[in-house]
Amino acid sequence: MPETSPEGTGTIEALSLIPKATARQSMKDFKSDQEVRWCPGCGDYAILAAVQGFMPELGLAKENIVFVSGIGCSSRFPYYMNTYGMHSIHGRAPAIATGLATSRRDLSVWVVTGDGDALSIGGNHLIHALRRNVNLKILLFNNRIYGLTKGQYSPTSELGKITKSTPMGSLDAPFNPVSLALGAEASFVARTVDSDRKHLTQVLREAAAHQGTALIEIYQNCNIFNDGAFEVLKDKQQAEEAVIRLEHGQPIRFGGGGTSSSSEAESGGGPRGVVRDAATGDLKVVAVTPENESRILVHDAHSASPTTAFALSRLADPDTLHHTPIGVFRSVERPVYDTLMAEQLDTAIEQNGKGDLAALLAGGDTWTVVG
Amino acid sequence: MTSQVSSPAEQADEAVVGEQRKPAGTTKDVRRLDRVIIRFAGDSGDGMQLTGDRFTSETASFGNDLSTLPNFPAEIRAPAGTLPGVSSFQLHFADHDILTPGDAPNVLVAMNPAALKANIGDLPRGAEIIVNTDEFTKRAMQKVGYDTSPLEDGSLDGYSLHPVPLTTLTVEALKEFDLSRKEAERSKNMFALGLLSWMYHRPTEGTERFLKSKFAKKPDIAAANIAAYRAGWNFGETTEDFAVSYEIAPATKAFPVGTYRNISGNLALSYGLIAASRQADLPLYLGSYPITPASDILHELSRHKNFGVRTFQAEDEIAGIGAALGAAFGGSLAVTTTSGPGVALKSETIGLAVSLELPLLVIDIQRGGPSTGLPTKTEQADLLQAMYGRNGEAPVPVVAPCTPADCFDAALEAARIALTYRTPVMLLSDGYLANGSEPWRIPDLDELPDLTVQFAQGPNHTLDDGSEVFWPYKRDPQTLARPWAVPGTPGLEHRIGGIEKEDGSGNISYAPANHDFMVRTRQAKIDGIEVPDLEVDDPHEASTLVLGWGSTYGPITAAVRRLRTAGEAIAQAHLRHLNPFPSNLGAVLARYEKVVIPEMNLGQLATLVRAKYLVNAHSYNQVNGMPFKAEQLAKALKEAIDA
Repeated sequence: MPETSPEGTGTIEALSLIPKATARQSMKDFKSDQEVRWCPGCGDYAILAAVQGFMPELGLAKENIVFVSGIGCSSRFPYYMNTYGMHSIHGRAPAIATGLATSRRDLSVWVVTGDGDALSIGGNHLIHALRRNVNLKILLFNNRIYGLTKGQYSPTSELGKITKSTPMGSLDAPFNPVSLALGAEASFVARTVDSDRKHLTQVLREAAAHQGTALIEIYQNCNIFNDGAFEVLKDKQQAEEAVIRLEHGQPIRFGGGGTSSSSEAESGGGPRGVVRDAATGDLKVVAVTPENESRILVHDAHSASPTTAFALSRLADPDTLHHTPIGVFRSVERPVYDTLMAEQLDTAIEQNGKGDLAALLAGGDTWTVVG
Repeated sequence: MTSQVSSPAEQADEAVVGEQRKPAGTTKDVRRLDRVIIRFAGDSGDGMQLTGDRFTSETASFGNDLSTLPNFPAEIRAPAGTLPGVSSFQLHFADHDILTPGDAPNVLVAMNPAALKANIGDLPRGAEIIVNTDEFTKRAMQKVGYDTSPLEDGSLDGYSLHPVPLTTLTVEALKEFDLSRKEAERSKNMFALGLLSWMYHRPTEGTERFLKSKFAKKPDIAAANIAAYRAGWNFGETTEDFAVSYEIAPATKAFPVGTYRNISGNLALSYGLIAASRQADLPLYLGSYPITPASDILHELSRHKNFGVRTFQAEDEIAGIGAALGAAFGGSLAVTTTSGPGVALKSETIGLAVSLELPLLVIDIQRGGPSTGLPTKTEQADLLQAMYGRNGEAPVPVVAPCTPADCFDAALEAARIALTYRTPVMLLSDGYLANGSEPWRIPDLDELPDLTVQFAQGPNHTLDDGSEVFWPYKRDPQTLARPWAVPGTPGLEHRIGGIEKEDGSGNISYAPANHDFMVRTRQAKIDGIEVPDLEVDDPHEASTLVLGWGSTYGPITAAVRRLRTAGEAIAQAHLRHLNPFPSNLGAVLARYEKVVIPEMNLGQLATLVRAKYLVNAHSYNQVNGMPFKAEQLAKALKEAIDA
């Protein structure tokens, strides 16, 4: 195995089976020679740049990195990464990546998918990959629209959305991808935003270090068919109201430090935090006051129970996106499918010896015909 | 049965191999037969498949040639005592080379009135019928429409009827055991097996060993079953109703020298896949979703993880093949197993595999269709789906085994094509081959083909500026296969996908001329696959050729033998390769005045043959979920000859 690179990942257990790069890498090493063909201004550019910029930090041999995608705008991603890659068929990337990851534990396998690819046609594969906890990192680009087919509503589009296929408004209630993933027993679930490179990179870092399936929902702007869908989370002023940054071990609060003045508290502005409603057990946003400050919930991404993470995923107002948490909702350790599969192979050899084909074929009752 | 007797004999004058329980000095008659067809029939829950399997194993270890036909409903426990709930197992065994499970049973074991009613129509007059009289209650008989007891109303006068109270005798034999009546009754199939084993001088240790191991954790149940089995044997030995027992000598002359075992199609296929993995020196990866009649391959392979076999039970058919394709990208010998409905779901991924040009085995154990169709019955109606069931021009090689044991070789052949030409390959078995069994000469490992492959290791192309690069779609000029460059190989990082690729570089290309070229090239690669010439069996310079494929080999060959015995001239050829066809097929067809193609579909091979060779092939079809019967085929072929 090659030497660990200066910025090597020898300490990250999740990557311990993957050969390390022999030389220091830069972002350039991860750019393929293919011309990027997304629409100018697409949020995918920012995500691509963030991923290419982050990869050298892992210090992995790039021949041991594979990007697998389905179909959709986001799924062109592998063509632009100078790693191994497969642009497959609609919705099936998690299944294909599962076969690759479970047969090759020396690979770092990433899935790039979109809201239509992952949650509509490929919904079944996504939930089963999550429950199995295969060692995959799934980047779900959520732009709440079908882009490649030119603007139909997606499974994350808001109810009533006017699109080409819904001139009178969509009748479909949307999925919340984070809620869905938590319900599917995901061991790592995070949300980030295309334009916040620093946050995106931090989430990628934590996902890469996670053992098992990591799902990262990335809010991504489609400037052609659904422009500004997440503007409220990006505009500095509005983000004060809208974004809740989750950090493990930190109180879940936003809108500034300290406590609210009484006028702020009355108007609904000023520093706010998340507390558990004693009556319902649910979470709610309150103005932070000296009296309730100690009751502000401290985020525990490692909690064995997904209950609070799920409640956090329901905080956002689906219409205004106010109170949208971003960051790592959940990151827990549980058995990894590919590890278990490999262990069964080892156990079978321990118990029965290495397979002997001649003995296998001759097993059972035999008889001999002599000349 | 008398028609089967070739040489009435007194005692056997030579020791019967494996025979242990036959007491010396027996006074009963022993007759020698050259072949027998036995059918065990009962309720789905009566254990008829197990009984048949055990009798088959005993027969195989004795050295007879044999062929079996399990036949059971799709329901796990259909309503008891009803006609749809009848499960049967037919076994044909002989002292010579045989090809089919037989047309009509000589012996029927009927565990209840439904089993009698459902099967009596297949029995020739004079056949022996052993019935479990305990089950012939008024209510049970009325349930299947017997107003009077067939055991007493004379309707079975033309048969040799053995009324045996199997349940009572079993319960009586097990009274020493601490079992409820219901538990004791369950062993009645072993009593029946013991009786039949006595009648046909089958060796018994194998079954006793089997029962001990099957019920290793419940020694009481093992002991009870063995006791019931021995009681059945002793009943035959002592009761006067069974005055004669039969010997069918081992089929020593039918077999080439070697060591043999009995094997079913699905087991042979599983072993073939493991053998292919060893011969290719690649780990085996199975992505599969349970479906009748293919699931046994998943079960079998999952037992052999010590061969480095990975089995992945996916969330659906699509994920099964998806995972297999992912593993193929990573350098495994990848397989997906399914039946017709599953192939339909996998079609898009097969198309992707065609476009990615990666090796992948798609095993289709065909069953009756369309849609859910007849899950437990056989048919060969997926040929055109295998050939054409994808969007775009997506050629896939197709191979078909012709007997249960041949599934082993067919798996190796499919792997050879997939690995050599970097393509998905469809293997078409069917329910008849999958569950049927026959003796198999165990091959020496050094007889197996060399399937080793060379992964790409470095650049394969020089650009105009002199730089060395890797081109994932630069082909081998002989095979037209593209290089297989697996992740983890430094310097060969590349991206592949379902979008049309530029010849050579593999980059996305929508250029019209390039697409035209790539479509034609993919087709040329499959057309150019080297397959052996078709062999024709034609000892009498016949003017009629019967052409078959897949599991019809046994019935067609048996029919051809009958015709030749009757003085007819007929030529026979059987296709293993359906795509591409052997290169001499056109010339073979041209040599004959008439070509008859019997198929268990409505003429799918005939359609292909007519289209490609402009031959007026005559199609003979059956789609009743059962294999052809030799006699029926012989008649149809005779009509074709005379037409």
